[in-house]
Amino acid sequence: MSDTPYIPGAADLSIAPDIEARSGLLSWVASVDHKRIGIMYLLSSLFFFGVGGIEALLMRIQLARPNNNFLSPAAFNQIFTMHGTTMIFLVAMPVLTGMANYLVPLMIGAKDMAFPRLNALSLWLLVFGGLLLYFSFFAGGAPAVGWFSYAPLSEIPYSPTTGVDYYALSLVVLGIASIVAAINLIVTIAKFRAPGLTIRRLPLFVWMVLVTQVMILLALPALNASLAMLLIDRLMHGNFFVPVAGGSALLWQHFFWAFGHPEVYIVVLPAFGMISEVIPVFSGKVIYGYEFVAASTVAIAVLSYLVWAHHMFAVGLGHPVDLMFAMGSMLIAVPTGVKIFNWIATMWGGSIRFTASMLFAVGFLLMFTIGGLSGVSFAAFPIDWQVTDTYYLVAHIHYVLFGGTIFAVFAGLYYWFPKISGRMLSETLGKWHFWLMLIGFNMTFFDQHFLGLMGMTRRTFTYPDLPGWAALNMISSIGAGVMGLAVAVFLWNIAASLLRGEIAGDNPWNAWTLEWATSSPPPPDNFKRLPPIRSRRPLWDLAHPENPDWTHGH
Amino acid sequence: MLGGSPFNPASTLAQPITHLFLVLGFVMVAILLLVTVLVLYASFRFRQRPGASQPEQNFGRTGLEIAWTVAPFLLLVYIFTVTVHTLHGADPEVSADRQPDVVIVGHQWWWEARYASSHVVASNEIHIPVGKLLLVRLESADVIHDWWVPQLGRKMDAVPGHPNHFWLEADAPGTYLGTCAEYCGAEHAWMRIRVIAQSEADFESWSEHQLEIPAQPDTGEAAQGAQLFQQLTCADCHTISGTSATANIGPNLTHLAERQTLATGRLENTPANLAQWLSDPQAVKPDVHMPNFEMTTDQVHDLTAYLETLR
Repeated sequence: MSDTPYIPGAADLSIAPDIEARSGLLSWVASVDHKRIGIMYLLSSLFFFGVGGIEALLMRIQLARPNNNFLSPAAFNQIFTMHGTTMIFLVAMPVLTGMANYLVPLMIGAKDMAFPRLNALSLWLLVFGGLLLYFSFFAGGAPAVGWFSYAPLSEIPYSPTTGVDYYALSLVVLGIASIVAAINLIVTIAKFRAPGLTIRRLPLFVWMVLVTQVMILLALPALNASLAMLLIDRLMHGNFFVPVAGGSALLWQHFFWAFGHPEVYIVVLPAFGMISEVIPVFSGKVIYGYEFVAASTVAIAVLSYLVWAHHMFAVGLGHPVDLMFAMGSMLIAVPTGVKIFNWIATMWGGSIRFTASMLFAVGFLLMFTIGGLSGVSFAAFPIDWQVTDTYYLVAHIHYVLFGGTIFAVFAGLYYWFPKISGRMLSETLGKWHFWLMLIGFNMTFFDQHFLGLMGMTRRTFTYPDLPGWAALNMISSIGAGVMGLAVAVFLWNIAASLLRGEIAGDNPWNAWTLEWATSSPPPPDNFKRLPPIRSRRPLWDLAHPENPDWTHGH
Repeated sequence: MLGGSPFNPASTLAQPITHLFLVLGFVMVAILLLVTVLVLYASFRFRQRPGASQPEQNFGRTGLEIAWTVAPFLLLVYIFTVTVHTLHGADPEVSADRQPDVVIVGHQWWWEARYASSHVVASNEIHIPVGKLLLVRLESADVIHDWWVPQLGRKMDAVPGHPNHFWLEADAPGTYLGTCAEYCGAEHAWMRIRVIAQSEADFESWSEHQLEIPAQPDTGEAAQGAQLFQQLTCADCHTISGTSATANIGPNLTHLAERQTLATGRLENTPANLAQWLSDPQAVKPDVHMPNFEMTTDQVHDLTAYLETLR
């Protein structure tokens, strides 16, 4: 049995082992099993994705025509603030943490996370933080200051209702949840890898989760500290960000973006990780340039702390400062490009299976490239002076966060859903989902580049009837409806699969990493036994004894 | 459709940015085409065919990795160089002793412009002489706003406690549309800008006219309106030169009847629209700081008659 590695994990991880074996609501609420917690993370983010999506649709109805009165300015401003805050903090972050929670212990051959109870804490803090944010609607109005809540608009004189207080408190709670989860994932990856799974053999998803968690650990405390200062201003008459009393409005921006730009990569890097798993498996080829994909992730992480003021090119920091941040921002394009080229090289010469998962991965490659390239135009900051705070920017962030992160998450969900549920999703519905999403997404957002270039600014509840604006906005709104339809197809697919989907089996895609070496869904303690780990692709080695990876030195 | 676009520059300051954008746009489109062609080619050429054998496992080649690291890097060095080159024309340095020609102040939700040498005060519609580089000092009276007239050049934030300077110039006479670009609260959407560029002579006569005090009506509805203006709370927020109304909470109304729009671009400036605005500002522009004074129809009528005399 020397070839069967020992499975890392405490002897008895569960507080109440019988709970994990049972079913019913209590077995979920009281669970400390990373798989159930991961699923609850995913369900929470799916719920908030629905809420944020409805908010987006309400905005697109209001903006479908010029001078529309569907929403009042107060309602529109609350809704766009909640849409952004929700999608960043209650969708993008938890869906990635949820995927990491479910997958990381399986991918590294562990029984569970390092700290199972801490894991439950971070999940329930997320749920609590989300409810706290939405409670603001019932407590006198949601925040109406935008997701980055610029001072002094966020201060009492200009935002007298409790909306901003709920925003700040909720984000503090969510920040603690993220930090707790980051510590847990870092320790798990550092200490609970199966024997033989060295750092250089980690699946790239795990690699990128690890880098992301380190970034969370460094970035989120900056946000929480600035939120505490904002609360002191609002509740205790502090003046950190109140210029008339000697505070500084720009200080908030520096603090917020010191968190906020690493945050952009925090919600993109794990998506890169999923793409780095999906593309090789469906291309039938090992990832091209593993070391370079991993190292470029570290490069992005380091650079992401040196670029925050590229959100502030219009505030008048002066050319020397602007140039420094422009340099850093442009440099980030290099490691990002390295990734894109390695993914294409992985497809090159492969035998590509166009499953729904792979379609979303290819969609990701193209959509994210558009977002990345328009990003460079902001780094050439005289262009930023024209296009920042316009719909060109709205288009850019959605190509990065939706065309990037969300497309990658869909690729990941189609790929790992059979492992999580034990049943296959319908490929036909999956393809409908993909094509409707791709068309709807580009209808909604591609034309927004032009709206921005025609002078339309973001965050306006309505707009004058200038030439061309009405038509482009109408197309954008129809596209949003198509995206809504695509999400409905996705939900239908999940429901149909859970009811009567084809049984998946352990390894339906002939994939190579450890999560596919156990049953679908995996048992509470994950593995009966592990295959020998002598390379990055232990299941490939098992299936191809004639040509195992370790003979190539990997 | 190019109307108010940065791709329709009307200023020596906007021109270099347009040029930079075209250069970069060309590079961006070229890279996008390259990636798209590679991805689509790979997708069709290497899709799985029935009975296909296991593809060769290629772990990567360092030479290629270096190539696609260095090539984009060199391209970015080029873009950075062009960016630096653009700065001089798009946003010339301001020498320390240069005094601003105009001070523009952003308010929730209107613009105030004070001309340094003539002492003219304008609101929302900012007149400039054609072909002259004016130095603007940009301030905010409350939250952060942002000055943006795409055809005339860069955006600049109006940050409370952090005055900024930028140059303003238009090559040809005309009306240039812009808007506040930084979200500034409820009515951010209706914080529009009009820059009216005029020949030197026209600008001079506009300036002189602005300094004239409009004749106060002494009979009829307009006179009653004038009285109402001082008696009701109008004078607590607005200025009309030559009267005791000197507050600066809302826009200066001295020459209101000559403006193109009302409520910072919300309505065309017609007597009917003015009456509509006065009878319920909150219905026209919800959450605007001007409350509904619940005036009678007669009062609205008289006030409108008075304000229409302010030329």
